Amino acid sequence: MNYVIIGNSAAAVGAVEGIRQVDSKGRITVISDEPYHTYSRPLISYWLAGKVAEDKMIYRDRNFYEVNSVTPVLGVRAEKINFKSKKVKLADGTDVPFEKLLIATGGKPIVPPMTGLNKKGVYSFLKFDDVKEIEKAVSAGSKKAVVIGAGLIGLKAAEALAKLGVEVTVVELADRVLPAILDEHAASMVQEYLEKYGLKFELNNTVAKILGKSSVSGVALQSGAEIACDMLVVAIGVQPNTDLVKDTDVRVNRGIVVNEKMETSAAGVYAAGDVSEGFDIVYGTSRVLPLLPNAYLQGEVAGRNMAGAETVFAGGLAMNAIGFGDLPMLTAGIIKPDSDEFEVLVQADPETKSYRKAVLRNGCIVGYICLNRVDRAGILTGLIKDKVDVSGFKDRLLSLDFGYIDFPEEFRKSRLGGGAA
Amino acid sequence: MKRVYAKEEVCAGCKLCEVHCIVAHSKYPNDIVKAFKTGVRPVSRVIVEENRPVSFALQCRHCEDAPCTKACITGAMHRDPETGIVTNEEARCVGCWTCILACPFGAITRDETGKKVASKCDLCSSNDGVPACVAHCPNEALVFEERK
Repeated sequence: MNYVIIGNSAAAVGAVEGIRQVDSKGRITVISDEPYHTYSRPLISYWLAGKVAEDKMIYRDRNFYEVNSVTPVLGVRAEKINFKSKKVKLADGTDVPFEKLLIATGGKPIVPPMTGLNKKGVYSFLKFDDVKEIEKAVSAGSKKAVVIGAGLIGLKAAEALAKLGVEVTVVELADRVLPAILDEHAASMVQEYLEKYGLKFELNNTVAKILGKSSVSGVALQSGAEIACDMLVVAIGVQPNTDLVKDTDVRVNRGIVVNEKMETSAAGVYAAGDVSEGFDIVYGTSRVLPLLPNAYLQGEVAGRNMAGAETVFAGGLAMNAIGFGDLPMLTAGIIKPDSDEFEVLVQADPETKSYRKAVLRNGCIVGYICLNRVDRAGILTGLIKDKVDVSGFKDRLLSLDFGYIDFPEEFRKSRLGGGAA
Repeated sequence: MKRVYAKEEVCAGCKLCEVHCIVAHSKYPNDIVKAFKTGVRPVSRVIVEENRPVSFALQCRHCEDAPCTKACITGAMHRDPETGIVTNEEARCVGCWTCILACPFGAITRDETGKKVASKCDLCSSNDGVPACVAHCPNEALVFEERK
Protein backbone atom coordinates (compact mmCIF):
# COMPACT_ATOMS: atom_id res chain seq x y z
CA MET A 1 0.00 0.00 0.00
CA ASN A 2 1.14 3.52 -0.76
CA TYR A 3 0.08 6.10 1.82
CA VAL A 4 0.47 9.83 1.49
CA ILE A 5 -0.15 12.23 4.36
CA ILE A 6 -0.37 15.98 3.77
CA GLY A 7 0.57 17.62 7.04
CA ASN A 8 3.19 16.86 9.68
CA SER A 9 1.58 17.78 12.97
CA ALA A 10 -0.41 15.82 15.58
CA ALA A 11 -2.98 14.29 13.19
CA ALA A 12 -0.25 13.26 10.75
CA VAL A 13 1.83 11.68 13.52
CA GLY A 14 -1.28 9.90 14.82
CA ALA A 15 -1.89 8.58 11.31
CA VAL A 16 1.67 7.31 10.91
CA GLU A 17 1.41 5.50 14.23
CA GLY A 18 -2.08 4.23 13.36
CA ILE A 19 -0.92 2.87 9.99
CA ARG A 20 2.08 1.17 11.57
CA GLN A 21 -0.10 -0.55 14.17
CA VAL A 22 -1.62 -2.41 11.23
CA ASP A 23 0.79 -2.33 8.31
CA SER A 24 4.51 -2.41 8.95
CA LYS A 25 5.51 -2.48 5.28
CA GLY A 26 3.44 0.02 3.28
CA ARG A 27 5.14 3.10 1.93
CA ILE A 28 4.33 6.31 3.85
CA THR A 29 5.14 9.79 2.56
CA VAL A 30 4.59 12.83 4.77
CA ILE A 31 4.39 16.18 2.98
CA SER A 32 4.60 19.53 4.74
CA ASP A 33 5.32 23.07 3.65
CA GLU A 34 7.10 23.59 6.96
CA PRO A 35 10.75 22.51 6.99
CA TYR A 36 10.71 21.16 10.55
CA HIS A 37 10.67 17.75 12.16
CA THR A 38 7.38 16.92 13.92
CA TYR A 39 7.07 19.76 16.36
CA SER A 40 4.41 20.61 18.89
CA ARG A 41 2.37 23.62 17.85
CA PRO A 42 1.17 24.36 21.41
CA LEU A 43 4.81 24.73 22.42
CA ILE A 44 5.45 27.80 20.28
CA SER A 45 4.43 30.13 23.11
CA TYR A 46 6.75 28.23 25.47
CA TRP A 47 9.58 28.62 22.98
CA LEU A 48 8.92 32.34 22.61
CA ALA A 49 8.90 32.75 26.39
CA GLY A 50 12.23 30.95 26.54
CA LYS A 51 10.81 28.03 28.51
CA VAL A 52 11.52 25.37 25.88
CA ALA A 53 14.59 25.16 23.68
CA GLU A 54 14.27 24.46 19.97
CA ASP A 55 15.56 20.90 20.30
CA LYS A 56 12.80 20.14 22.82
CA MET A 57 10.10 21.34 20.42
CA ILE A 58 9.94 17.99 18.64
CA TYR A 59 6.73 16.04 19.14
CA ARG A 60 8.36 12.69 18.38
CA ASP A 61 11.90 11.39 18.68
CA ARG A 62 14.49 12.45 16.09
CA ASN A 63 14.45 8.96 14.58
CA PHE A 64 10.65 8.97 14.19
CA TYR A 65 10.73 8.92 10.38
CA GLU A 66 13.38 6.20 10.20
CA VAL A 67 11.76 3.99 12.83
CA ASN A 68 8.42 4.22 11.06
CA SER A 69 9.90 4.03 7.55
CA VAL A 70 8.42 7.37 6.57
CA THR A 71 9.67 9.43 3.65
CA PRO A 72 9.41 13.02 4.84
CA VAL A 73 9.02 15.65 2.15
CA LEU A 74 9.44 18.79 4.20
CA GLY A 75 9.54 22.42 3.20
CA VAL A 76 7.56 21.75 0.03
CA ARG A 77 3.94 22.75 -0.33
CA ALA A 78 1.33 20.36 -1.71
CA GLU A 79 -0.33 22.45 -4.41
CA LYS A 80 -3.06 20.29 -5.81
CA ILE A 81 -4.64 16.89 -5.43
CA ASN A 82 -5.61 15.05 -8.58
CA PHE A 83 -8.24 12.61 -7.33
CA LYS A 84 -8.63 10.85 -10.68
CA SER A 85 -5.00 10.00 -11.29
CA LYS A 86 -4.40 9.80 -7.50
CA LYS A 87 -1.48 12.15 -7.34
CA VAL A 88 -0.47 15.07 -5.17
CA LYS A 89 1.25 17.84 -7.08
CA LEU A 90 3.98 19.61 -5.14
CA ALA A 91 5.10 23.21 -5.53
CA ASP A 92 8.39 22.03 -7.03
CA GLY A 93 6.50 20.25 -9.82
CA THR A 94 6.87 16.70 -8.49
CA ASP A 95 3.89 14.37 -8.57
CA VAL A 96 3.50 12.09 -5.54
CA PRO A 97 1.22 9.12 -6.32
CA PHE A 98 -0.98 7.68 -3.57
CA GLU A 99 -3.40 4.85 -2.96
CA LYS A 100 -4.65 6.18 0.37
CA LEU A 101 -4.44 9.85 1.18
CA LEU A 102 -4.79 11.71 4.46
CA ILE A 103 -5.45 15.43 4.46
CA ALA A 104 -4.11 16.74 7.76
CA THR A 105 -3.44 20.30 6.75
CA GLY A 106 -4.58 21.69 10.08
CA GLY A 107 -5.91 25.17 10.57
CA LYS A 108 -5.08 28.62 9.36
CA PRO A 109 -5.44 31.82 11.31
CA ILE A 110 -8.75 33.64 11.26
CA VAL A 111 -7.93 37.14 10.10
CA PRO A 112 -10.92 39.46 9.87
CA PRO A 113 -10.82 42.19 7.27
CA MET A 114 -9.02 45.24 8.68
CA THR A 115 -7.40 48.15 6.96
CA GLY A 116 -3.64 47.95 7.15
CA LEU A 117 -3.09 44.19 7.46
CA ASN A 118 -0.20 44.37 4.99
CA LYS A 119 1.92 46.57 7.23
CA LYS A 120 5.16 45.35 8.72
CA GLY A 121 4.69 44.21 12.30
CA VAL A 122 1.49 42.17 11.87
CA TYR A 123 1.87 38.56 12.96
CA SER A 124 -0.10 35.35 13.34
CA PHE A 125 0.49 32.94 16.21
CA LEU A 126 0.12 29.45 14.89
CA LYS A 127 3.35 28.08 13.48
CA PHE A 128 6.96 27.93 14.56
CA ASP A 129 7.93 30.50 11.93
CA ASP A 130 5.37 32.93 13.35
CA VAL A 131 7.08 33.03 16.74
CA LYS A 132 10.51 33.13 15.14
CA GLU A 133 9.43 36.30 13.35
CA ILE A 134 8.00 37.72 16.56
CA GLU A 135 11.16 36.89 18.47
CA LYS A 136 13.24 38.69 15.83
CA ALA A 137 11.06 41.78 16.14
CA VAL A 138 11.35 41.79 19.93
CA SER A 139 15.11 41.35 19.72
CA ALA A 140 15.22 44.24 17.29
CA GLY A 141 13.53 46.45 19.84
CA SER A 142 9.75 46.09 19.59
CA LYS A 143 8.36 47.15 22.94
CA LYS A 144 4.61 47.44 22.68
CA ALA A 145 2.22 44.83 21.35
CA VAL A 146 -1.48 44.57 20.78
CA VAL A 147 -2.87 41.05 20.70
CA ILE A 148 -6.29 40.55 19.11
CA GLY A 149 -8.10 37.71 20.84
CA ALA A 150 -8.21 36.69 24.49
CA GLY A 151 -8.68 33.01 23.68
CA LEU A 152 -6.14 30.27 24.30
CA ILE A 153 -3.77 31.38 21.56
CA GLY A 154 -4.05 35.08 22.29
CA LEU A 155 -3.45 34.78 26.01
CA LYS A 156 -0.50 32.42 25.60
CA ALA A 157 0.96 34.84 23.06
CA ALA A 158 0.38 37.76 25.42
CA GLU A 159 1.93 35.90 28.35
CA ALA A 160 5.04 35.03 26.36
CA LEU A 161 5.44 38.58 25.06
CA ALA A 162 5.03 40.00 28.56
CA LYS A 163 7.72 37.61 29.75
CA LEU A 164 10.04 39.12 27.12
CA GLY A 165 9.39 42.56 28.58
CA VAL A 166 6.92 43.70 25.95
CA GLU A 167 4.00 45.85 27.07
CA VAL A 168 0.90 43.99 25.97
CA THR A 169 -2.73 45.00 25.48
CA VAL A 170 -5.20 42.25 24.63
CA VAL A 171 -8.27 43.24 22.65
CA GLU A 172 -11.24 40.89 22.82
CA LEU A 173 -14.64 41.13 21.19
CA ALA A 174 -16.37 39.11 23.92
CA ASP A 175 -17.12 40.42 27.40
CA ARG A 176 -14.48 38.25 29.07
CA VAL A 177 -11.19 36.43 28.61
CA LEU A 178 -11.19 32.82 27.41
CA PRO A 179 -14.88 33.09 26.50
CA ALA A 180 -15.02 29.62 24.93
CA ILE A 181 -13.82 27.78 28.00
CA LEU A 182 -14.62 29.93 31.04
CA ASP A 183 -17.75 31.48 32.52
CA GLU A 184 -17.85 35.08 33.79
CA HIS A 185 -16.73 34.23 37.29
CA ALA A 186 -13.71 32.16 36.30
CA ALA A 187 -12.81 34.61 33.54
CA SER A 188 -12.74 37.54 35.93
CA MET A 189 -10.42 35.61 38.26
CA VAL A 190 -8.07 34.83 35.37
CA GLN A 191 -8.21 38.40 34.09
CA GLU A 192 -7.37 39.77 37.51
CA TYR A 193 -4.42 37.41 37.73
CA LEU A 194 -3.15 38.43 34.31
CA GLU A 195 -3.55 42.12 35.07
CA LYS A 196 -1.31 41.67 38.09
CA TYR A 197 1.11 40.06 35.68
CA GLY A 198 1.09 43.30 33.69
CA LEU A 199 -1.32 42.55 30.84
CA LYS A 200 -3.92 45.12 29.86
CA PHE A 201 -7.32 44.26 28.46
CA GLU A 202 -9.82 45.91 26.14
CA LEU A 203 -12.95 43.77 26.28
CA ASN A 204 -16.13 44.22 24.21
CA ASN A 205 -13.88 45.83 21.68
CA THR A 206 -11.94 45.10 18.54
CA VAL A 207 -9.38 46.60 16.22
CA ALA A 208 -11.01 48.65 13.48
CA LYS A 209 -7.92 49.94 11.77
CA ILE A 210 -4.20 49.34 11.83
CA LEU A 211 -2.27 52.58 11.96
CA GLY A 212 1.16 53.41 10.58
CA LYS A 213 2.86 54.00 7.24
CA SER A 214 4.68 50.87 6.13
CA SER A 215 5.05 49.55 9.69
CA VAL A 216 2.49 49.24 12.47
CA SER A 217 2.52 52.25 14.76
CA GLY A 218 -0.74 51.61 16.56
CA VAL A 219 -4.33 50.47 16.27
CA ALA A 220 -7.64 52.28 16.29
CA LEU A 221 -10.26 50.41 18.25
CA GLN A 222 -13.94 50.12 17.44
CA SER A 223 -14.62 52.20 20.54
CA GLY A 224 -12.65 55.04 18.99
CA ALA A 225 -9.64 54.77 21.27
CA GLU A 226 -6.16 54.38 19.85
CA ILE A 227 -3.32 52.30 21.23
CA ALA A 228 0.25 52.86 20.14
CA CYS A 229 2.16 49.67 19.39
CA ASP A 230 4.89 48.34 17.15
CA MET A 231 3.54 44.81 16.93
CA LEU A 232 0.09 43.42 16.25
CA VAL A 233 -0.56 39.75 16.87
CA VAL A 234 -3.75 38.43 15.29
CA ALA A 235 -4.73 35.51 17.51
CA ILE A 236 -8.47 35.24 17.09
CA GLY A 237 -8.43 31.55 16.40
CA VAL A 238 -8.09 29.01 13.63
CA GLN A 239 -10.29 27.87 10.81
CA PRO A 240 -9.92 24.64 8.85
CA ASN A 241 -7.26 24.94 6.18
CA THR A 242 -9.38 23.43 3.40
CA ASP A 243 -7.76 25.29 0.48
CA LEU A 244 -6.47 22.07 -1.11
CA VAL A 245 -9.92 20.57 -1.53
CA LYS A 246 -11.73 23.69 -2.66
CA ASP A 247 -14.05 22.89 -5.59
CA THR A 248 -13.25 19.18 -5.52
CA ASP A 249 -15.24 16.03 -4.74
CA VAL A 250 -14.28 16.32 -1.08
CA ARG A 251 -17.27 17.67 0.79
CA VAL A 252 -16.58 20.59 3.06
CA ASN A 253 -18.94 21.98 5.65
CA ARG A 254 -17.05 24.17 8.05
CA GLY A 255 -14.27 21.62 8.05
CA ILE A 256 -13.85 18.61 5.80
CA VAL A 257 -16.80 16.28 6.33
CA VAL A 258 -15.80 12.78 7.38
CA ASN A 259 -17.60 9.60 8.40
CA GLU A 260 -16.89 7.72 11.63
CA LYS A 261 -13.82 6.18 10.01
CA MET A 262 -12.47 9.66 9.18
CA GLU A 263 -12.99 9.02 5.48
CA THR A 264 -14.09 11.95 3.33
CA SER A 265 -16.68 11.89 0.55
CA ALA A 266 -13.89 10.90 -1.85
CA ALA A 267 -13.09 7.18 -1.62
CA GLY A 268 -9.68 6.41 -0.17
CA VAL A 269 -9.21 9.99 0.97
CA TYR A 270 -9.24 10.68 4.70
CA ALA A 271 -9.06 13.83 6.80
CA ALA A 272 -8.16 14.37 10.45
CA GLY A 273 -7.28 17.08 12.90
CA ASP A 274 -8.03 20.79 12.75
CA VAL A 275 -8.94 20.61 9.05
CA SER A 276 -11.77 18.16 9.57
CA GLU A 277 -14.97 17.87 11.48
CA GLY A 278 -15.56 15.05 13.89
CA PHE A 279 -18.22 13.78 16.23
CA ASP A 280 -18.50 15.71 19.48
CA ILE A 281 -19.91 13.40 22.14
CA VAL A 282 -21.18 16.24 24.32
CA TYR A 283 -22.95 18.22 21.61
CA GLY A 284 -24.04 15.04 19.81
CA THR A 285 -23.13 16.48 16.44
CA SER A 286 -20.15 16.81 14.14
CA ARG A 287 -18.05 19.91 14.41
CA VAL A 288 -14.49 21.17 14.19
CA LEU A 289 -12.55 20.59 17.41
CA PRO A 290 -9.18 22.23 16.90
CA LEU A 291 -7.30 20.62 19.78
CA LEU A 292 -4.13 18.61 19.77
CA PRO A 293 -5.43 15.52 21.63
CA ASN A 294 -8.39 15.36 19.28
CA ALA A 295 -6.15 15.73 16.23
CA TYR A 296 -3.92 12.87 17.36
CA LEU A 297 -6.85 10.54 18.03
CA GLN A 298 -8.54 11.33 14.72
CA GLY A 299 -5.26 10.83 12.90
CA GLU A 300 -4.70 7.49 14.58
CA VAL A 301 -8.20 6.30 13.63
CA ALA A 302 -7.71 7.52 10.05
CA GLY A 303 -4.37 5.72 9.85
CA ARG A 304 -5.79 2.43 11.06
CA ASN A 305 -8.63 2.61 8.57
CA MET A 306 -6.29 3.57 5.74
CA ALA A 307 -4.34 0.43 6.54
CA GLY A 308 -7.49 -1.69 6.48
CA ALA A 309 -8.26 -2.19 10.17
CA GLU A 310 -11.82 -0.96 10.56
CA THR A 311 -11.79 1.49 13.46
CA VAL A 312 -14.45 3.93 14.58
CA PHE A 313 -13.68 7.37 15.99
CA ALA A 314 -15.43 7.28 19.34
CA GLY A 315 -15.89 11.03 19.27
CA GLY A 316 -14.14 13.86 20.98
CA LEU A 317 -15.00 16.77 23.17
CA ALA A 318 -13.69 20.24 23.81
CA MET A 319 -11.10 19.95 26.55
CA ASN A 320 -8.38 22.35 27.47
CA ALA A 321 -5.49 22.57 29.85
CA ILE A 322 -4.05 26.03 30.16
CA GLY A 323 -2.19 27.87 32.82
CA PHE A 324 -0.54 31.19 33.51
CA GLY A 325 2.23 31.38 36.09
CA ASP A 326 0.93 29.41 39.04
CA LEU A 327 -2.71 29.57 37.96
CA PRO A 328 -3.66 26.34 36.18
CA MET A 329 -7.09 25.53 34.77
CA LEU A 330 -8.68 22.50 33.18
CA THR A 331 -11.99 22.69 31.38
CA ALA A 332 -14.10 20.33 29.29
CA GLY A 333 -17.40 20.14 27.45
CA ILE A 334 -20.27 22.55 28.05
CA ILE A 335 -19.24 25.13 30.64
CA LYS A 336 -21.90 27.77 30.21
CA PRO A 337 -25.26 26.11 29.51
CA ASP A 338 -27.97 28.21 27.96
CA SER A 339 -31.13 26.35 28.91
CA ASP A 340 -32.80 24.91 32.00
CA GLU A 341 -32.33 21.29 30.94
CA PHE A 342 -28.92 21.62 32.59
CA GLU A 343 -28.07 21.50 36.26
CA VAL A 344 -25.11 23.57 37.43
CA LEU A 345 -23.01 22.79 40.50
CA VAL A 346 -20.44 25.28 41.77
CA GLN A 347 -17.87 25.15 44.53
CA ALA A 348 -15.78 28.26 45.04
CA ASP A 349 -13.25 29.07 47.70
CA PRO A 350 -12.03 32.66 47.51
CA GLU A 351 -9.23 31.95 49.95
CA THR A 352 -7.48 29.34 47.82
CA LYS A 353 -8.77 31.00 44.62
CA SER A 354 -10.32 27.67 43.77
CA TYR A 355 -13.33 27.64 41.48
CA ARG A 356 -14.94 24.42 40.36
CA LYS A 357 -18.07 24.06 38.34
CA ALA A 358 -19.83 21.04 36.88
CA VAL A 359 -22.62 21.04 34.32
CA LEU A 360 -25.03 18.10 34.33
CA ARG A 361 -27.69 16.98 31.88
CA ASN A 362 -30.03 14.04 32.54
CA GLY A 363 -27.91 12.91 35.45
CA CYS A 364 -24.67 12.88 33.46
CA ILE A 365 -21.86 15.37 33.65
CA VAL A 366 -21.37 17.18 30.32
CA GLY A 367 -18.82 19.80 31.26
CA TYR A 368 -16.67 21.32 33.97
CA ILE A 369 -14.29 24.08 34.94
CA CYS A 370 -11.51 23.48 37.46
CA LEU A 371 -9.60 26.64 38.18
CA ASN A 372 -6.56 26.60 40.43
CA ARG A 373 -7.45 23.23 41.95
CA VAL A 374 -7.09 20.85 39.04
CA ASP A 375 -5.87 17.60 40.51
CA ARG A 376 -7.61 14.47 39.26
CA ALA A 377 -9.95 16.43 37.00
CA GLY A 378 -9.50 13.71 34.39
CA ILE A 379 -11.86 11.55 36.41
CA LEU A 380 -14.57 14.04 35.45
CA THR A 381 -13.48 13.90 31.80
CA GLY A 382 -13.80 10.13 31.97
CA LEU A 383 -17.31 10.36 33.41
CA ILE A 384 -18.31 12.70 30.57
CA LYS A 385 -16.87 10.40 27.91
CA ASP A 386 -18.47 7.29 29.34
CA LYS A 387 -21.80 9.05 29.98
CA VAL A 388 -21.91 7.73 33.53
CA ASP A 389 -25.00 8.57 35.59
CA VAL A 390 -23.52 10.56 38.45
CA SER A 391 -26.81 11.33 40.25
CA GLY A 392 -25.86 9.09 43.17
CA PHE A 393 -22.67 10.97 43.99
CA LYS A 394 -23.09 14.35 42.32
CA ASP A 395 -22.66 16.19 45.64
CA ARG A 396 -19.12 14.87 45.76
CA LEU A 397 -18.08 15.70 42.18
CA LEU A 398 -16.49 19.03 43.02
CA SER A 399 -14.88 18.12 46.31
CA LEU A 400 -11.14 18.51 46.29
CA ASP A 401 -10.78 14.89 47.39
CA PHE A 402 -13.32 13.49 44.93
CA GLY A 403 -12.18 10.15 43.64
CA TYR A 404 -12.98 6.54 42.92
CA ILE A 405 -13.90 6.19 46.59
CA ASP A 406 -17.10 8.07 45.74
CA PHE A 407 -18.13 5.65 43.01
CA PRO A 408 -20.54 2.82 43.82
CA GLU A 409 -18.46 -0.18 44.90
CA GLU A 410 -19.26 -2.42 41.98
CA PHE A 411 -18.55 0.28 39.43
CA ARG A 412 -15.27 1.15 41.13
CA LYS A 413 -14.14 -2.46 41.24
CA SER A 414 -15.00 -3.03 37.60
CA ARG A 415 -12.93 0.01 36.72
CA LEU A 416 -9.92 -0.78 38.86
CA GLY A 417 -9.88 -4.56 38.84
CA GLY A 418 -9.52 -5.47 35.20
CA GLY A 419 -6.77 -5.28 32.62
CA ALA A 420 -7.27 -1.49 32.31
CA ALA A 421 -8.57 0.49 29.36
CA MET B 1 1.22 -7.18 31.35
CA LYS B 2 1.62 -7.20 35.11
CA ARG B 3 -0.15 -4.35 36.86
CA VAL B 4 -0.71 -3.32 40.47
CA TYR B 5 -4.15 -4.12 41.86
CA ALA B 6 -5.61 -3.09 45.19
CA LYS B 7 -7.58 -5.35 47.49
CA GLU B 8 -9.66 -2.82 49.34
CA GLU B 9 -11.03 -5.42 51.78
CA VAL B 10 -7.62 -5.69 53.43
CA CYS B 11 -6.27 -2.16 52.92
CA ALA B 12 -5.81 -0.53 56.31
CA GLY B 13 -5.30 2.92 54.85
CA CYS B 14 -1.86 3.18 56.47
CA LYS B 15 -0.37 4.95 53.42
CA LEU B 16 2.91 3.06 53.67
CA CYS B 17 2.62 2.61 49.90
CA GLU B 18 2.86 6.38 49.54
CA VAL B 19 5.85 6.48 51.86
CA HIS B 20 7.72 3.77 49.99
CA CYS B 21 6.79 5.24 46.61
CA ILE B 22 8.42 8.48 47.72
CA VAL B 23 11.51 6.65 48.90
CA ALA B 24 11.80 4.54 45.76
CA HIS B 25 11.68 7.65 43.57
CA SER B 26 14.02 9.71 45.72
CA LYS B 27 17.76 10.01 45.34
CA TYR B 28 18.12 7.55 48.23
CA PRO B 29 15.96 4.55 47.35
CA ASN B 30 17.62 2.48 50.07
CA ASP B 31 17.51 5.01 52.88
CA ILE B 32 14.12 6.14 54.08
CA VAL B 33 15.55 8.76 56.46
CA LYS B 34 17.72 10.41 53.83
CA ALA B 35 14.91 10.15 51.30
CA PHE B 36 12.63 12.17 53.54
CA LYS B 37 15.12 14.49 55.14
CA THR B 38 17.62 15.35 52.43
CA GLY B 39 16.82 17.93 49.79
CA VAL B 40 13.45 18.05 48.11
CA ARG B 41 11.07 15.22 48.92
CA PRO B 42 9.53 13.69 45.77
CA VAL B 43 5.76 13.47 45.43
CA SER B 44 4.03 10.13 45.82
CA ARG B 45 2.91 8.51 42.58
CA VAL B 46 0.35 6.36 44.34
CA ILE B 47 -2.75 7.88 45.91
CA VAL B 48 -4.55 6.35 48.89
CA GLU B 49 -8.25 7.07 48.73
CA GLU B 50 -10.11 6.75 51.98
CA ASN B 51 -13.59 7.01 53.38
CA ARG B 52 -13.44 4.87 56.46
CA PRO B 53 -13.73 1.97 56.65
CA VAL B 54 -13.09 1.76 52.89
CA SER B 55 -9.64 2.57 51.56
CA PHE B 56 -7.45 1.55 48.67
CA ALA B 57 -4.37 2.66 46.79
CA LEU B 58 -4.65 3.82 43.22
CA GLN B 59 -1.90 4.38 40.68
CA CYS B 60 -1.52 4.53 36.91
CA ARG B 61 -3.30 1.61 35.24
CA HIS B 62 -0.82 1.60 32.34
CA CYS B 63 -3.73 1.55 29.89
CA GLU B 64 -3.17 -0.23 26.62
CA ASP B 65 -4.87 2.65 24.82
CA ALA B 66 -3.53 5.27 27.21
CA PRO B 67 -5.40 8.58 26.84
CA CYS B 68 -2.54 10.52 28.46
CA THR B 69 -0.04 9.51 25.78
CA LYS B 70 -2.41 10.58 23.03
CA ALA B 71 -3.30 13.86 24.68
CA CYS B 72 0.27 14.86 25.56
CA ILE B 73 1.19 18.02 23.70
CA THR B 74 4.94 17.45 23.78
CA GLY B 75 5.23 13.71 23.21
CA ALA B 76 6.84 13.32 26.63
CA MET B 77 4.20 10.89 27.84
CA HIS B 78 4.70 7.61 26.06
CA ARG B 79 4.03 3.91 26.31
CA ASP B 80 6.88 1.49 25.87
CA PRO B 81 5.78 -0.82 23.05
CA GLU B 82 7.75 -3.72 24.56
CA THR B 83 6.84 -3.52 28.24
CA GLY B 84 3.56 -1.61 28.05
CA ILE B 85 4.75 0.72 30.80
CA VAL B 86 3.58 4.31 30.44
CA THR B 87 6.21 6.82 31.50
CA ASN B 88 6.75 10.53 31.27
CA GLU B 89 10.01 11.81 29.84
CA GLU B 90 10.33 14.63 32.32
CA ALA B 91 12.95 16.55 30.33
CA ARG B 92 10.38 17.13 27.60
CA CYS B 93 7.38 17.69 29.90
CA VAL B 94 6.31 21.32 30.31
CA GLY B 95 3.75 20.77 33.07
CA CYS B 96 0.73 21.83 31.01
CA TRP B 97 -1.44 19.20 32.76
CA THR B 98 -3.19 18.00 29.62
CA CYS B 99 -2.48 14.47 30.85
CA ILE B 100 -4.27 15.24 34.11
CA LEU B 101 -7.20 16.45 32.01
CA ALA B 102 -7.16 13.19 30.06
CA CYS B 103 -6.48 10.49 32.68
CA PRO B 104 -9.80 8.88 33.69
CA PHE B 105 -8.20 7.42 36.81
CA GLY B 106 -6.84 10.67 38.19
CA ALA B 107 -3.54 8.85 38.49
CA ILE B 108 -1.19 11.61 37.34
CA THR B 109 0.01 14.15 39.87
CA ARG B 110 1.58 17.58 39.56
CA ASP B 111 5.18 17.65 40.66
CA GLU B 112 6.17 21.24 41.29
CA THR B 113 9.12 20.50 43.53
CA GLY B 114 11.44 21.57 40.74
CA LYS B 115 10.61 22.27 37.12
CA LYS B 116 6.87 21.61 36.72
CA VAL B 117 6.40 18.04 35.49
CA ALA B 118 3.70 15.42 35.47
CA SER B 119 4.52 12.61 37.83
CA LYS B 120 3.16 9.11 37.65
CA CYS B 121 3.70 5.48 38.53
CA ASP B 122 6.41 3.85 36.43
CA LEU B 123 5.94 0.43 38.07
CA CYS B 124 9.38 1.08 39.56
CA SER B 125 10.72 0.19 36.14
CA SER B 126 14.23 1.30 36.96
CA ASN B 127 14.58 -1.80 39.10
CA ASP B 128 13.42 -5.15 37.82
CA GLY B 129 11.49 -6.47 40.75
CA VAL B 130 8.15 -5.78 42.34
CA PRO B 131 7.01 -2.15 42.65
CA ALA B 132 7.89 -0.59 46.02
CA CYS B 133 4.25 0.01 47.00
CA VAL B 134 3.46 -3.68 46.56
CA ALA B 135 6.65 -4.90 48.22
CA HIS B 136 6.07 -2.80 51.34
CA CYS B 137 2.34 -3.19 51.84
CA PRO B 138 2.02 -4.77 55.30
CA ASN B 139 -1.31 -6.40 54.49
CA GLU B 140 -0.81 -7.61 50.94
CA ALA B 141 -3.51 -5.18 49.94
CA LEU B 142 -1.58 -4.53 46.78
CA VAL B 143 -0.72 -7.27 44.33
CA PHE B 144 1.39 -7.21 41.20
CA GLU B 145 -0.03 -9.62 38.67
CA GLU B 146 -1.34 -10.24 35.20
CA ARG B 147 -5.10 -10.08 34.73
CA LYS B 148 -7.31 -10.30 31.67
